[in-house]
Amino acid sequence: MEQVLGNLSVLTSMPIFNLGLLIDGLLVGSIFALAAYGLALVWGVMNVKNLAQGDFIMIGGYITWTLGRYGIDPLLGVPVAAVVLWGVGWILYRTVISKVITRDLFTSLLATFGIAIVIQQSLNLAFGPDTQSAQSDLPTLSFADGLITIASTRIVGFAFAIILAVGIILFMKKSRMGQAIRATAQDARAARVLGIDTEKVYSFTFCLNAAICGAAGALVAVVWNVQPFMGTTYSIRLFVIVTAAGFGNLPGVIAAGFGMGVFEQFGGFILGAEYQQALIVLLLLAVLAVRQLQQLRVRQAVQ
Amino acid sequence: MTRASFHPITIGLLLLVGVAAPLLFPAYTNQIAVLWLMIVFASTWDILGGQMGYNSLGNIFFFGAGMYTCAVVQIGLYYDVGMYTSGARTTHIAFTTAQYFTGFAIGIVAAGIMAAILAVATSWIVFGLRGPYFAIGTLGVAVAGAELVASWQWVGAASGISMPVFPGAPQTQKLFFYCLLFALTFVVLLFLRWLYSTNFGIAINAIRDDEEKAEAMGLYTRRYKRTAWTIAAFFLGIAGAIFGNMTGFIDARDIAFPTTTFNIFMILMVLLGGKGTFWGPVVGAVIFHVIKEVTWTYFLGWQFVALGLLIVIIVVYFQQGIVGWLMEKYPERFGVRVAPKEREVRSRAIELAPHAEGAE
Repeated sequence: MEQVLGNLSVLTSMPIFNLGLLIDGLLVGSIFALAAYGLALVWGVMNVKNLAQGDFIMIGGYITWTLGRYGIDPLLGVPVAAVVLWGVGWILYRTVISKVITRDLFTSLLATFGIAIVIQQSLNLAFGPDTQSAQSDLPTLSFADGLITIASTRIVGFAFAIILAVGIILFMKKSRMGQAIRATAQDARAARVLGIDTEKVYSFTFCLNAAICGAAGALVAVVWNVQPFMGTTYSIRLFVIVTAAGFGNLPGVIAAGFGMGVFEQFGGFILGAEYQQALIVLLLLAVLAVRQLQQLRVRQAVQ
Repeated sequence: MTRASFHPITIGLLLLVGVAAPLLFPAYTNQIAVLWLMIVFASTWDILGGQMGYNSLGNIFFFGAGMYTCAVVQIGLYYDVGMYTSGARTTHIAFTTAQYFTGFAIGIVAAGIMAAILAVATSWIVFGLRGPYFAIGTLGVAVAGAELVASWQWVGAASGISMPVFPGAPQTQKLFFYCLLFALTFVVLLFLRWLYSTNFGIAINAIRDDEEKAEAMGLYTRRYKRTAWTIAAFFLGIAGAIFGNMTGFIDARDIAFPTTTFNIFMILMVLLGGKGTFWGPVVGAVIFHVIKEVTWTYFLGWQFVALGLLIVIIVVYFQQGIVGWLMEKYPERFGVRVAPKEREVRSRAIELAPHAEGAE
């Protein structure tokens, strides 16, 4: 308790620290926003809640880490991880996801939970349970007499995340496939009537999501670290973000992603890193509870 | 199907199996004891998942809560818990026989009550949620429990608690816990049989089939949902208390709140046996546990990968489960009278003339 108060007083007495945490939170939050957008995409288009989302991120991270070990700059891992994950997504779609789309919601949830366990355990067998981080030899920048330090990998990661996000948004708005995806999300049946091959759209969406996760994972490995069992925490984070924003609400998802990053940096600083996981889960419960209250109000209005 | 109690033969068979199993296979007493635990897991999960249609991913929360409550009560009755669990402790703390059994008995009761209280408390969060949100919310409850206990110094944080040592020979200990778990399973099965035959059973089935209609018919669905969740929690809490003492060492992430092992076994066993049927969870638990115990060691580290694959395969291809499949195949055996052809014709007729139904 004293430690928490001590940390709080540090923040109030030295406001410059707040700025440092805020910047770090925003930089990390950009990665969350990217992966959360992928989750929202699959959720909205296919009505599949992908519990393996965080584990896709971990695969991407481990690909980058492996590349880094062979002397390849980890930032090159971003496109490589995206391509590999696209393939993984395609295989999973063919074997599992395509068979659960039309089934009830719990089926897809449980199936993706099974996939998550397979991925976690396979990563654990392949790379061991240690925490790994891909080293990029970019310098650490410091501002305000060394009180704010920002690893420039984070800035590069942030730039990558922004470029990717803008690219995806342009793709969804302008391209033929993007339009088909949005049409399917609005009304799959009408889209089919109008000649859109929804099966292909679903497959493409799932692969796209996996590729986004791969890229996000590569960034996570660079700016942070990866560990086989961390995937679940990422999945929960992304669920918090998407549930809080609502899956049809793209600006909301991005804002909530940034918010999550900032919240986590401050929470981790004040309470200590060991409470970080618990903090994320409690935030999930809080978001669900708030959503529920909102729905309660809607129900009363209907009555 | 909804008799209030078992046929005497069923009871006799159950008791026979329960008594004969450790006598026939004395080397496997512990494994068979865990089998009874698995049946408790599956049957209590099925109260919500199968009979009420609420698929929980967080029932393990109550197992762990019961385990820790029992541990704290057992230790706290005679010693200071913080001192007992602190890593700096070097002296060996012994419990006398009387202390052990008094503490354990009170601990079991406290574990059940505590789990039930926590169930009522968490029901305020989770039961406004439907479908996948409910599943994710309950998973959140379980993970939150694990993380909070794992970082709570007073109960040993991540290093866990060494439970009081059983005062007796290892063989006696095995039989003692075997009997407890068997008794618990027996009580759970009898209780559930009775429960499903009451109006309560019908009400939770109605919630599963159509919650809005059930509510419109005047059922106070919240109360039913909360009660069902509390019943499951109560038994799981007791199971946790017994299992914690059986293993002798408890720890938050791997033994008390194992979200990716026991927690997922529950669901898997129910799906394997047949969701929403009385014997399905039992059959599923037996098959799953036997296969797991026999093959587990041959996987050499790949067992959890195999487990994940098994989840995917069962969920995607075989969701009605063994008993569900049998009921579909031989409905007459289960006392269900159906005329499949006629039903098919009728449903097709409705499909062809959708307006006829609307005109009623």
